[in-house]
Order: sequence, then C-alpha cells, then structure tokens
Amino acid sequence: MWRDALLVAGKDLRIEARSRVATNQVAPFAVLVLVLFAFALDPDRGLLTRAAAGLFWVAVLFSALLAVQRAQTVESGEGTGDALRLSGLDPAGIFLGKAGAVVVQLFALELLLGAGVVVLYGVDPAGYAALGATAVAATLGLAAAGTLYGALATGSRGRETLLPLLLLPAVAPVLIAATRASEAALGIGGLDVAPGDWLALLGVFAVVYVAFGVVAFGPLMEEE
Amino acid sequence: MDAVVRLRSAVCLLGRFPALAGVDLVVARGETLLVAGANGAGKTTLLRALAGLVPVVAGEASVLGYDLRRDRRGVRCRVGVLGHGPALYDDLTVADNLRFWSRAGGAPAAVLSGALARFGLDGRLADVPAARLSAGQRRRTALAILVARAPELWLLDEPHAGLDAAGRNVLDDLVREVTAAGATVVLASHEPDRAAALASRTVLLAGGRITEAGPFPAGLVGEPPRAEPVHVA
Repeated sequence: MWRDALLVAGKDLRIEARSRVATNQVAPFAVLVLVLFAFALDPDRGLLTRAAAGLFWVAVLFSALLAVQRAQTVESGEGTGDALRLSGLDPAGIFLGKAGAVVVQLFALELLLGAGVVVLYGVDPAGYAALGATAVAATLGLAAAGTLYGALATGSRGRETLLPLLLLPAVAPVLIAATRASEAALGIGGLDVAPGDWLALLGVFAVVYVAFGVVAFGPLMEEE
Repeated sequence: MDAVVRLRSAVCLLGRFPALAGVDLVVARGETLLVAGANGAGKTTLLRALAGLVPVVAGEASVLGYDLRRDRRGVRCRVGVLGHGPALYDDLTVADNLRFWSRAGGAPAAVLSGALARFGLDGRLADVPAARLSAGQRRRTALAILVARAPELWLLDEPHAGLDAAGRNVLDDLVREVTAAGATVVLASHEPDRAAALASRTVLLAGGRITEAGPFPAGLVGEPPRAEPVHVA
C-alpha cells in the first residue's frame, strides 16, 4: 500500500511540476483571495488582523477545492480510470498517494498564504508549534476529505460544480477548528480556549477521513 | 490444452441494457481470437468483461482461473487492455508514462528501454509530453506499456486504429510473438482482413451474443453449448 501511495503521489506531483497549474493558477488564485479580503476590509485594519486566521483558512479551503479538482481531472483522461483499476495498484494506496500529493501542494500554499497574512494583514507571528500542528492536522483532513469527495463526484454529470457542494459542508468543522486553533496560537480573536481542544478535533477529523478513504476508495473506483 | 477464458451464458448489463446477453466462449492458451461484429454488437463490453472491468451479472465467467462472478479484481493485473483511449497522462512524457504504468504493474525497469525501442519511441520522442504526440504515437506508447507489463491475456480493442503501416506491422509481429510465447490474445476489430490474418479463430458477435463461432481447438474440453435466449429484467 505504501509503495503504491508513493508511486501515485510522485506521479501526481510530477504532473503538477510539469503542468505548473499549481504555481500558475492555484497559488495566484489563493493570493488574490487574500488581497480581495484586504481590499474589502482595509478601512478597518484591526478587523482585518482579528479576522486574519479565518480569512487565511477560507483562502486555503478555496484553493484546496482547486487542488482536489485538479487531482481528479488528471485521472479523467481517456482510459486512465480503467488503467488505474487494471494496474494492480492497491486502491488504498491510490487514495493515500493522491491525498498525499494534495497535502504537499497545500503545505506549500499555506507557507505562501502565511507570508501574505503577515504582510497584508499585519499579523505578528507567534505560537509556531501550535500553528504548525494546526496546519498539519487541518491539511490532512482537507486533503483526505477532498480526495474522497472528489472520487465520489467523478463520473457524475456536472462534477465540477458537484464537488464544492459536497465538500464545503463536510469540511466546515475543519474551517472552524483550524480558525479557532490558529487564533488561540496567535493570541487573537478573544477566545479563552486552548488550541489543544481544537487541534484534537482536527486530528479526529483527519483520522476519520483518512481511515474512511482507505476503506471506501476501492468501491468508489468501481463506480462508473 | 487449458482454457484461459470460459464464458457460459454470460450476461453483462450497461445500465439496464444487456450488452452481453448470454455469451458462450472458450479461448485456449496461446490462441489469437478475433471478435468481429458491427458497432454496438458488444465487442468492447466483452473485452471489458474479460478484464474484470464490467461485472458479469448472470451465467458463468472464468478468466485465467478467476471466477469473475466472485472476484473480478484478481485477474486485472494479469491482463492487458488496449482500449479506445490510450490511458496516458498528457503532462507526463512518454518515458514517464511508461515508467509509471510499468512500476504500477510490477514490471522490471530493465524492460522499459526495449519496449520504447520496439515502437520507435526511444531517443527524443521518449522525452515528449504525451499531449504533444500524434494519435498513432499515443497508440504506440500504449502498446509499449503493454509490452513492458507482459500480461498473460492481451485484450486489444481495434488495435490497428490510428497506426501507420509500419506500426501495424510491428503490432502484428508482436501478437504473433506473444502468442508463440504462450500468451493469449483476444482482439476486436472492424478490419477483418487485417485482423483475420492474425487470428487462429474468429467469432461473430451480434446483439450481445456470439452468433457464429469457428471450430474450437483440438483437445479443449467443455465446449460451450449454443447460446440460449436470456431474459434480463
């Protein structure tokens, strides 16, 4: 399973490196979202700083949609779906590989957006350990849920519009928990809650969706 | 002589439509079987069913010893399918595509260069993204992937389509070579003259049934009866 996961993740990342869709489209889109939030809330710099964590994770969420959509699109070429089923690769490995490639892209994006939040929103970075743990748990959850719902939407008519409808409500807990954990780590937002509580929620979400994806991805691949 | 494929009254549904409506077929190891038939006769569905990609919902179906009614996944890594689509990642190069699919199937790395060279894909062409290939070159790449994976059962759907004269000759030589080595080939084609020259036997598929079948190889036991009417709800 792990060998297959590495093979699929390597293939997906190589495709992204060659096509440059992540760097030329997804990353600029994410930065654009941050900039537009800054334009909309600029007169109230304090509000922008207080809302920075939520705006950051909303930008990550929208970008994750594009990354997941892209990860599914590369498998929609003529015959590639059948070829994957015939390849002998473990479906669980395929799921982990595809989710892993999305994780790598989202981490890179979060670093970029993190710098953007510091520059554009005037946030003072703090609580690096808690922020890092939040990013890891939230990204794993987003990538796992996105890959699972992406496979579910594949083959459906209008899958491009179906995916956001399926995914956004499902990952709302990630948005809420990641925002609160980030606010707690940064000392903004005024909530007196330790980031550990929200981190635990993120961890449970990630574990549940990774486990569910490992089990369910095979049957989903069989759906035509 | 053992049978690689055994179908008895096999039924496959596409939605609620019986694309295969009671197919009886036995294919022996080392045989090259041509499946002829008009558009919509069920040729592609038959090949996909043999690959374990389409469920057989009634009748009996066994491929390479796997009962497709019970386990249609097990057989997949032992068959090779050349379908209508080349199954290539457009952003990866020819060599990258070959490397990925070969590793996925557990093929040794040593066979890759030979597979590329066989179809004239070595040299500069190996580093060209699949998106920039012509239809014939994409077909050659798909064939090179099959060669690297060395399946026991080759399922070729319109294999000559898109290939130039040289490519067709290479393909014909390949089919003869793999069957001589003990592999089995089932091919569907609209070009009976070209394909029949390769085939050791031809069957005609019409309306999801085999309506005409050539003689079965000597020594093959369990020859299937003629198709009986099958009613699918």
